[in-house]
Amino acid sequence: MLDTVLFYSFAALVLGGGVLTITRRNAVHSAISLIVSLLGVAGLYLLQQAEFLFAVQIVLYVGGIMVLFLFVIMLVNLDDAARDRQFNGQWVVALAAVAAVAAELGYFFHRGSGSFHIAEAAAALPAGTGNTEALADSLFSEYLLPFEIASVLLLVAVVGSVIMAKKRI
Amino acid sequence: MHPVTTVHYLALSAALLLIGTIGVLTRRNIVIILMSIELILNAVNINLIAFSHAWHNLGGQVFAIFVITDAVAEAAVGLGILIALFRNKETVQADEIDLLKW
Repeated sequence: MLDTVLFYSFAALVLGGGVLTITRRNAVHSAISLIVSLLGVAGLYLLQQAEFLFAVQIVLYVGGIMVLFLFVIMLVNLDDAARDRQFNGQWVVALAAVAAVAAELGYFFHRGSGSFHIAEAAAALPAGTGNTEALADSLFSEYLLPFEIASVLLLVAVVGSVIMAKKRI
Repeated sequence: MHPVTTVHYLALSAALLLIGTIGVLTRRNIVIILMSIELILNAVNINLIAFSHAWHNLGGQVFAIFVITDAVAEAAVGLGILIALFRNKETVQADEIDLLKW
């Protein structure tokens, strides 16, 4: 019961924040709405017993990426953009395409939602190990190579963004 | 009230994905387009976590970590490109940046 109430309130946060993000005229307001949406996603992680990802979501997304966004919004002068037209010329086509995808997804959920009863058959994790511990185990054993590749990707991103932000390229 | 199942999470994730897609396709401001991409990546993460929970398999959570890594790299590089672009073109509207348009 509590789970249901929490799910629907977090879902309202996620969707409300998302809708506000893509409709606000002022980019700072969009960023704040995006923070609300990301916090809702973090709550959903907690509901799904992904405690480590909950912490990562708050520290990294809300604390890191959103601060980066706000910095860039201040560096870039958005006053003219806020007064200008907000939606581009092909928004009708875009909305039609999205509506088509939404209809497909709705049909899929309507037809296929009965086949998702999978939770009962699966084996539970061994008791006593926390989420973070189990995640670290699988990250550093089974997924070690992707982990190292991800670190290289981050290095490339750091170098790339520094070069992009330089005065003279 | 029905109990919350994996399908609820999938439906929420699909809705968030559609919202993000609308943002990417219709907005002119590049900063908000980048934010919409973050929304899409979060929709993917909700999906991964829902299946990870349903199957009691941690692979989904590991993949969500990699998706978050990608989102960080994308945001950093994208915002760097945006700053370089603004310095040269004095605009953040996506449809005014049409150097490659014939």
